[in-house]
Amino acid sequence: MRIYVCIKHVPDTAARITILGKNRIDERVTFIMNPYDENAVEEATGIKRDVGDAEVIAVTLGSQAAEATLQSALAMGADRGILIKTEDHPDSMITAAALKAAIESDGKPDLIFTGKESIDSEGFQTMYRLAAGFSIPAASNVVSFSLESDSAVVECEMEGGSREVIAMSLPCVIGAGKSLNKPNYPTLPDIMKARKKEIKHVDLKDLGFEKPAGRIEALELKPAVEDRQPKEITGTPDEVAVKIVRILKEEARVLHD
Amino acid sequence: MQKIGILIETKNGEIKKTNFGVITAARGDNRELYAFLLDEIRGDQKELLPSYGVHKIVEIKSGDKPIDYNPASWSQAVIQAMVHFGIDSLLGLADLKGQNLIPRIAAGLNAALVMDCSAVDLAGHTVKKSQFSGRAIATLKTEGDYHIYGIRPNAIEAASTPCQAENVSFQAEIQEDGLTVKEIKPGDSHGVDLTEADIILSGGRGLENSDNFRILFECAEKMGAAVGASRVAVDEGWVPHTMQVGQTGKTVSPKVYMACGISGSVQHFAGMKTAAMIIVVNKDPEAAIMKHCDYFVIADLFEIIPALTTRLKTATTSEAKKKLKDSNG
Repeated sequence: MRIYVCIKHVPDTAARITILGKNRIDERVTFIMNPYDENAVEEATGIKRDVGDAEVIAVTLGSQAAEATLQSALAMGADRGILIKTEDHPDSMITAAALKAAIESDGKPDLIFTGKESIDSEGFQTMYRLAAGFSIPAASNVVSFSLESDSAVVECEMEGGSREVIAMSLPCVIGAGKSLNKPNYPTLPDIMKARKKEIKHVDLKDLGFEKPAGRIEALELKPAVEDRQPKEITGTPDEVAVKIVRILKEEARVLHD
Repeated sequence: MQKIGILIETKNGEIKKTNFGVITAARGDNRELYAFLLDEIRGDQKELLPSYGVHKIVEIKSGDKPIDYNPASWSQAVIQAMVHFGIDSLLGLADLKGQNLIPRIAAGLNAALVMDCSAVDLAGHTVKKSQFSGRAIATLKTEGDYHIYGIRPNAIEAASTPCQAENVSFQAEIQEDGLTVKEIKPGDSHGVDLTEADIILSGGRGLENSDNFRILFECAEKMGAAVGASRVAVDEGWVPHTMQVGQTGKTVSPKVYMACGISGSVQHFAGMKTAAMIIVVNKDPEAAIMKHCDYFVIADLFEIIPALTTRLKTATTSEAKKKLKDSNG
């Protein structure tokens, strides 16, 4: 069984975001594996432990620096890695086409895992484009997964805590949600072993795929500006409560008589 | 005349009010608005659509019946409707249901898509959205034959502009494509949905345990508010993950966000920074969130929130009044 996991090298949430030029960020900050991709890798390696005869291949699109995130996936139990190298930041349409081309030229996928969204570009779409490219089903925000003989049965979290229970034929694409599992953090021996595992390098421009029919262009990136002026509410609890009710009624206009 | 499609989301036979902001965003000169309905709704609900500017109400069916909910089938049907009516632009809600439908539609059409838009310029095919967990605002432009935008709920204010609307029916041909919905397990939704609430009362480490969240639920009920939580409260097991607000939880944009006993990590902030008003109740004057709010109270939430509940007993929101009416009606 061949399980591909698409992962992304992203700036840490606590990292300072400094805009360079019109639409790029200063990448000299700490980068990590996209948090939801950790759940994806964990699930894939878990299936491998259950099934036995399976290979987990981590795939990422990024610069040479992204190899660090592939190393993390290998340390978590992935067998091999594929780095689609580019200095650019292509949009979801190109990314999905590139992932498809790289996976296809590597082998026939039985399952494709990815995180449900990336915490940097927050596009919410790459996995669906990848699935459409392969003409296979997809489900995202998956919080429960089970493999049957010829299908995957997943639970997707929806509003109010409700869950859609979905069955998909194989192969399919699964977008991992946070509650899917608890990622195991690699031990030092895992990390050392990972250094010996194979990482294949492919240049984005060498991958043959059709130019996508559309494009999402990043025109400008600006820092989010905070313009709140905090004001203190003082008094006894009851006095404070009276003031809050007045603010809710008169200023926020969310309370009415 | 440019045709714009709007994917309408319904719940229990009603149009979710967050749709009206999306319809408002779609309006403009020389535009014809097509509202796509895949669910049955009450008669009086349909009338709401033209009051916000919808010109054509398209009931999408298959074999003359509503299509059983299946995100893959529904996406197919919307794509067919867009092609049939010659619609090249589609707007919808970027809430959980929309996240499960809109990207499928874009992928099926090979269309450019931006999800979670907070501002839209349809004429220029340009939108704004948050990136890097709310640390930056990106301006993006879509190019190609189609333009699809998922709008962040409550990001765009609804404004009514009545017009005449026509009812149209569309029959889709659904193909089997390997995805079946086996069942929908209902959630234990404690009242108002986080992503739709005007007021959210949220608790963090300061709540100390699961039982204490009762204090927030009681207060919230008086206001018709939803109750949220920080990651700490979820990780400790005090509340379910569905209540988590933040980067790995839900992103909310209410009119009022009241943070109680929450210190305010970057990750939490990412999920609620677009709230119109932020009120903080915290014993710790050094809490990070104190610097990023509109009002703060340095006090014990266990004294403030019950006092607020008492004061609220004498005031009810239109939301709470409506719930009262609905449950009696």
